[in-house]
Amino acid sequence: MQQAMAAPPTRDPVAIRIERADFPPAESPAGDPAPTGSPGTAAGPADSEIVVELQDVSFFYGSFRAVKDVSIRVPVRRITALIGPSGCGKSTLLRTMNRMNDLIPNTRIEGRVLYHGHDLYARDVDPVEVRRRIGMVFQKPNPFPKSIYDNIAFGPRINGLRGNLDDIVESSLRRAVLWDEVKDKLRQSGLALSGGQQQRLCIARAIATEPDVILMDEPCSALDPRSTLQIEELMAELKENFTIVIVTHNMQQAARASDQTVFMTMAEDRAGYVVEHGPTIEIFTNPRNRLTEDYVSGRFG
Amino acid sequence: MSATSPAAVAVERGLRARSMDWRGTMFQLLLLASLVLTLAILATLVVDVVQRGWPVFGERGADFLSSPLSTRPASAGIAQGIAGTALIAVFVALFAFPLGVMTAVYLEEYAPDNRLSRAININIRNLAGVPSVVYGLLGLAVFVPLVQGLAGGTGRNVISASITLGVLVLPIVIITAAEAIRAVPRTLREAGYGVGASRWEVTSRLVLPAAAPGILTGTVLGLSRALGETAPLVVIGASSTYFSSGDQSFLESLFGSFTALPMIVFGWSSRPQDEFRALTAAAIIALLVVTLAANAVAILLRNRYERTW
Repeated sequence: MQQAMAAPPTRDPVAIRIERADFPPAESPAGDPAPTGSPGTAAGPADSEIVVELQDVSFFYGSFRAVKDVSIRVPVRRITALIGPSGCGKSTLLRTMNRMNDLIPNTRIEGRVLYHGHDLYARDVDPVEVRRRIGMVFQKPNPFPKSIYDNIAFGPRINGLRGNLDDIVESSLRRAVLWDEVKDKLRQSGLALSGGQQQRLCIARAIATEPDVILMDEPCSALDPRSTLQIEELMAELKENFTIVIVTHNMQQAARASDQTVFMTMAEDRAGYVVEHGPTIEIFTNPRNRLTEDYVSGRFG
Repeated sequence: MSATSPAAVAVERGLRARSMDWRGTMFQLLLLASLVLTLAILATLVVDVVQRGWPVFGERGADFLSSPLSTRPASAGIAQGIAGTALIAVFVALFAFPLGVMTAVYLEEYAPDNRLSRAININIRNLAGVPSVVYGLLGLAVFVPLVQGLAGGTGRNVISASITLGVLVLPIVIITAAEAIRAVPRTLREAGYGVGASRWEVTSRLVLPAAAPGILTGTVLGLSRALGETAPLVVIGASSTYFSSGDQSFLESLFGSFTALPMIVFGWSSRPQDEFRALTAAAIIALLVVTLAANAVAILLRNRYERTW
């Protein structure tokens, strides 16, 4: 496998080269598939429990198909990254997982989105309940114009979660690694925090409702590098309790932080489709598809 | 390089303006002149009114404010007008504010974007421009008989007048509230939906509080307009001559004869006696004070809600 990366002279010298050595030692939990590079498009993990599964999902804005025939499987308590060039439908795909696209008029989905085996778009499914279990963090931090305390407490309050609100707020802020910084100013406005702190506040807000899955739509793109690193460390900790799906433009971030990677690109008809999907290590060091290799080595995108 | 070297001088010369900006200066003067003219007109109005009317307050003061209408100028006062205007303010607010805000919420948050809702929006904007006398006639034709049927009497009372004025300002309230709601950023709504809020929860707990300052401003505008409108009052039959609600209870007087400050101004301005000139001016001063007070209250409310979150 290393021979594949021993670049022939024609290789672009400027291209980013991510070597196997860049990755931490493979995790031991029984459930990680062996990197056998088996053929087939839906090359997800074989043994890990799947929490979200997309089956032949296509998404339409009016008559324009933004996402085409996507089938991927998101394993539980792992970080799955969606990477790809701008406009290839990554965010659209992410938002189908918690029915956020329902808010946009004149849209349509084909295929199935399964959450623990249940179709999220079934007739009797309440999107409000879906979003309580599948939370979301957005690209630009968007705390409510309320106090820090009320920001976190909002979700539990409206969902009627049992338990002491003070405890919920504190534990959410601790898990988001924000407690020490704000514990003395819980009554101050959430908007008075710095960008990185606001985003961690949004993460704390998302986990306050005890979701199963957290969807993150380029959460670090509006932040400085230091805050970005803090959030990535946070994600590594959150992974123990939550499943995370993250859309990112930053390939290094995907390589560093994720366990699984889904690479998407845009077809001729401007519909996004999944080129390759597998363990991050494989995608970055031994991609099967030429397009993937071009993208991860920085030749386009 | 010294400051007077040829290169430095050339730079300095280049940095200076080439010629005087005539057009810009002229434009600026024109704007200033417009402002001065507008203020001059307003100032003339205010000064003239105050000049004529102040003596009345000086001579009769509290008596003027507490006397009822009368045909004799020496004893005529605006007490009933103040009461009527105050009641109109309360009832118009109670009627137009909830109805207008709920309509705006529906139009912005719940109504689908189709031809029907666009047509409704256009129609509401048209209604805002309908002359007030037309609303008066509407009141006379619809609300007066309605109130008469419900409560007896002539139907020409402060209740029917308030409903009529409320309908008059409803389009203003709806339009400004709708714009305030539309101005709330989409990201706030998304954040609410993202933690599993329903549409009602997002609207009531996030959108409306964020739009509150704008909504209150719209209500102020509406209320100020309602308090100053005269034509509907004339058509509905507000009184400008002596009437008494002597033995009636408060509730009964609501359904009896009434008057309001604009009506008094209108009525007194057409009296032949010279003394009524000064009285009219004094009544105008009172009306201006009431309108300014209504504005001030709403601005205070708006500022209180417009915290720097």
